[in-house]
Formats: sequence, structure tokens, C-alpha cells
Amino acid sequence: MYVAAKGGEQAIANAHRLLAHARRGDRDVPGLTLAQIAGQLALAVDRVMAEGSLYDRDLAALAIKQSRGDLIEAIFLVRAYRTTLPRLGASEPVDTARMQIRRRISATYKDLPGGQLLGPTFDYTHRLLEPEIAENDAPEQPATQAPNRDPVPRVTDVLGYEGLIESSPEAESGRPVADLTREPLEFPADRDLRLQALARGDEGFLLALGYSTQRGYARSHPFVGEIRFGDVEVEVFAEELGFAVTIGRIGVTECQMVNQFKGSAKAPPQFTRGYGLVFGQSERKAMSMALVDRSLRWQELGEEQTAPAQDEEFVLSHSDNVRATGFVEHLKLPHYVDFQAELELVRRMRAEIAERADAEIDPENTGPKNTGSKNTGPAGPNREAAE
Amino acid sequence: MTTSAVEATPYNFAYLDEQTKRMIRRAILKGIAIPGYQVPFASREMPMPYGWGTGGVQITAAIIGPDDVLKVIDQGADDTTNAVAIRGFFARTAGVATTTQTGEASIIQTRHRIPEQPLQSDQVLVFQVPIPEPLRFLEPRETETRKMHALEEYGIMHVKLYEDIARHGHIATTYAYPVLVDGRYVMDPSPIPKFDNPKLHQSDALLLFGAGREQRIYAIPPHTDVVSLDFEDYPFEVQTFDEPCAICGTRGTYLDEIITDDKGGRMFVCSDTDFCERQVARNQGVQNQSSAAASEKTEMTDA
Repeated sequence: MYVAAKGGEQAIANAHRLLAHARRGDRDVPGLTLAQIAGQLALAVDRVMAEGSLYDRDLAALAIKQSRGDLIEAIFLVRAYRTTLPRLGASEPVDTARMQIRRRISATYKDLPGGQLLGPTFDYTHRLLEPEIAENDAPEQPATQAPNRDPVPRVTDVLGYEGLIESSPEAESGRPVADLTREPLEFPADRDLRLQALARGDEGFLLALGYSTQRGYARSHPFVGEIRFGDVEVEVFAEELGFAVTIGRIGVTECQMVNQFKGSAKAPPQFTRGYGLVFGQSERKAMSMALVDRSLRWQELGEEQTAPAQDEEFVLSHSDNVRATGFVEHLKLPHYVDFQAELELVRRMRAEIAERADAEIDPENTGPKNTGSKNTGPAGPNREAAE
Repeated sequence: MTTSAVEATPYNFAYLDEQTKRMIRRAILKGIAIPGYQVPFASREMPMPYGWGTGGVQITAAIIGPDDVLKVIDQGADDTTNAVAIRGFFARTAGVATTTQTGEASIIQTRHRIPEQPLQSDQVLVFQVPIPEPLRFLEPRETETRKMHALEEYGIMHVKLYEDIARHGHIATTYAYPVLVDGRYVMDPSPIPKFDNPKLHQSDALLLFGAGREQRIYAIPPHTDVVSLDFEDYPFEVQTFDEPCAICGTRGTYLDEIITDDKGGRMFVCSDTDFCERQVARNQGVQNQSSAAASEKTEMTDA
């Protein structure tokens, strides 16, 4: 006799124990320290901070350790923690012209004020595996020079001086900063909200969308005006003091994409901008973000909408990997009830078709003797995915 | 500091902070005031994945109090993994009493079913909703569907149902069957089998629907008209089963099909496990009057 399965609670507890065991790996091998993760897997930490929308290297390192290196899972852990934190206010816009630069390149000018600074980059490395770092990991000390403390003007400011590029939108100090973690996202979304969504959006998704614009799906003729990576100060306006005070420094990557624009009835031909800004060092993400930001501006610039990367509902509704992974993976949850309803329907429809087929073969005898032995039914009704 | 996570905050009662709860309660009140209307709300990341009941969990967290008794079901069953996980979440973060008995619970959170036992006016049923928009699979754009609701432009849905009839001879929607609420809004009742749709009509209990990922809350207040969409000549019908439940012998409940071997062997049992257990107890009680309902209990969980 069948007895309904019980003991789910114990099974879940055991599964979690096994997970903890598997996470630890071989116990004869020393466990990873958070300092090791934060220091040696720094770009993974950067990604978790960026898409987790929380600037905290140690928490991101902990999340990476806890998630066994599954970065989307780590991002989720950070997000679930972040959501419990109070939101005290909004900072002043960070001034990237005053960034303490660790890397800065421009693809539009050979030389420019402030110079090109290559910094720590994979670019131009030969992608050859280096077995020696597996054993004896003691690279040479880096070359150094005294830091440049002067502000480094942005390429877009240089272009802007001549009026060749659209000017940056002015900050509207009276207008509250939109925040999609506090208000539900509604369409059409303003650019600040779009940029927020892109900044925490999935790197892979934005990369693919940005790539699609390069391959002709909403081509925008981009040039990397500038990419810079380094530390910026975060300032908060203190009401009691009447001026802004620095509350900390964060590492960010900024990408200013310079795009062609033919001009319109209202505006003469000039370059337009796509903007990317992410926590930590992630040029791939900042560049993808800038490409997608630009393509989402088609309406404002009087362009034609032809491609997915221009469709703000499509882009913003699907860029969040925590949502995406949750909903894709929820298909693992039981769906017996709905599946039962579909089973019943498919069986019934197959029986009806078989009945009809029998009636055609033997018009005198319409009795439904043969139920469902004929295998000619169409695939079930055209149903959307079971939720 | 590395210790910041280790010393992580003692979470607020029922996890969410009070401001968030207030925001959710406002959305619920608006939902109740406009039956069937999808109220946008700023859904939070919860410590369980989107698509796994975060909307329902946020509603429950916003309405639960220390004296509430919570029941959580998934597919009608109390012991399915996600139901166990969500019940455990509230036992841990709110320290409330939990139960598996429909009659004992003041709040029931559910995924895909409405309990067989009729609900009472002092109970609240909280549905987990994956896609709150009934028109979504006909029109993927939110900007469009919101307009359609505003203008009561539901022709597209009737055309879809009509096309089902033209193609298959009957309406080929078996779950998440659309309803018209209070004569105004077409609403997705969440993926409950259409078998459960009649229970939405003139319900004594308050029915709340939460879609976390899609950031929507909606409601059916008690004693509201809820009509499953149909045509005069093709009236709405619920599923029926030829056999009774193989465990408790009841007819007229919603059944799950259990595969017993790989040669087509199968049996049908109640999907509502609490109902089934009580029927079994009652049947035994008829035979053996002394030990009726002995197994019924409310679990107290330690905070």
C-alpha cells in the first residue's frame, strides 16, 4: 500500500549538512581564508560587489567562499544581506575626474592630458598557462613612480570643450535619486534608473547585448573615449555642517563610450555618449553597460528601434541575474498539481481524437471502444511554461 | 571587517524591517480596496530565491503577528520541500506557532492549491504568484498590459479562449485559469488548478496574492464575486476524477497521480495531505471510536 512520502524536513537538513561538507572539500587541505579570496580572487570579489550592489570586499569574499565559487549565488547572498540594511541617504555624485587613477586608457587619442596609464591589465598578455604560479607564486615587485595627484580631465570633457559631444546631463539637486531597490520598476524608466539597473545587471547578459549592437543589431559606431579605474571619494552632504564630507573611498571602473550621431532637425551632428560605471575593476562590464546605455537612448535621440538592446522593457526586465536564476531554477520545485491538470487534458484530447478516428473508419459504430491506443494525437495544447 | 557578517544582525521579527512591512501593508490595503488590481510594490530580496515564493513570504511577513498560527503548503502538501523551508523560515525568524491543520491556522501560505476544507472569515490565504499578469502570455509588454487593464480591454483573452474551443473543442487552460474579479479586473489566480477556482468566489477568508520577482500584490476581499471566464455555450467546468482517493477513499477532491511502477501502474491520492489524513482518521474513528483525531496536534516551535 502506498503511503505518502514523509520526512522532507530531515532530508533537507541532511542535504544542507552534505552541502557544508562538500563546500569544505578535502579537509586535509587548508581552508581558504577570506583574505586570500579578497586578495587573490579580487576580480571575482569585484563582480560580486558590483552585481550584489554592496561595496564590501570582506562580505563579498565570505559570500564567494560560502557559495563554493558560484558567483551568482554569492551575488544573491550579498543582495539578501543588503536588503536588510537601512538606507540613510544618497551620496553626492562621485567625481571621477578626481579619481586616484590606477589605469586609464583612451582609444580615441594617442596622447592626452594625464596620459595613458596601462595599470594592471590582462590586455596584451599572451594567454599561455603559467605552471610556475601553481608552485612558486612570487612575482617581481612592480615598477613604481610618484603618484600624480592632479585631477585628470575626462576625454569627454576635452571633446565637450569644442561642443563636439553632447554635454553631460546636469545633476538636478532638487530631484530625488531614483532607486529600484526601494520603488518598483515602472516603464518608461528614466536614464538614472536604467543606469542603476545596468550597473547591477548580469555581466554576461550585458556583454551579449552590447556585442549584439556591434554586430548590427542597433549599431551605434562606438569608440572607447576613455576607460579609467581607480579610487574615488564618496561624499555625503551633512545637513548640520552645511557641506559635504568624505565618508570613504571606493574602487570603480568608468567607461565613456563616444558614439556617432548624424544629427537631427533639432541638433547638429555631434558625438553622443554611452556611460558605464561599476564597482571594482571590470572593464568588460563597464564597456557593455556603456554600449547598452547608448542603445537604450534611441528614443531621446530620435533613432529607430530595431533591436533587443534598444528595448528597455526587455533589457531591464531580464538583466537581473538573481531574479533570472531564481525563476529559471524554480522549475525544480514540484509542479505535480499543474502537471496533473495537463495530463488529464492531454489524455482527454487524445481520447477524443482516437474516438473521431474510429468513427471515420467505422461510421456505423460510434462506440468509444478504443480509448487512446492510436498514437496520432497532436502534441498537447500550446501552453505557456508551467510556473 | 570580516566579522561584520559573522556577527550579523539579529533580524527583525519575521525578517523584514518595519518600514518595509509598512510599505507592503499599504500595497495590501490598496489591493483590498481595488479587488483584482495588481498593485506595484518595491519587493525586497529575500533570503530565498525569486520564483520560490518571495511574494507570498513578504506578504506573510508583513501581516503575521506573534499570536498567529501559520500553515504552509505547496501542491496542497505540508511536507513538500519548499513548504518545509518556508515554514521553517517563519518558525525561525518570527517564532510563531505552525500547524499542518487547515482549521487551526490563522494564516495559510500556499503554492498552487486552495485547501479542500472551506476557509473561515478569520483566516487569510496567501498565494505565491509567479506571473501575476493574466495577459502576459498574450502580450509580453507590461506597458501594454497595464493599459489594457485600465481600459478594461480584455477582448484578447476571450479571443484566446475562443481559439482554444475552435482548435480543441474546449478551453485548453487547466491551471492559472483567468477570473474576473468583482466585475472589473481580469486576474490570474496563480497556478492553482481550475478545480480550485470556484473556491475564490464569495470566499469567507481574505485572499492575498504576492508576486515578489514581478513586484506585484493583489487581493480578493471576503465575499467578492469571482467568475471564471467562459462562454454561455461553453460554460466553465472543473476537472473531475473517475476514482476516489486511494488512501482516504474520498471522492470530489483534487488528486495527484502517483506512479507505482514503470508499466503504467498508477494510483490517485488527495493532493491536500492534511485533508486526506483527517479523512483517514475519521474513517478509523468510525471503526474505532476511542482514538479519533489522536494524531491531530499543533506544533509549537521554539523561537
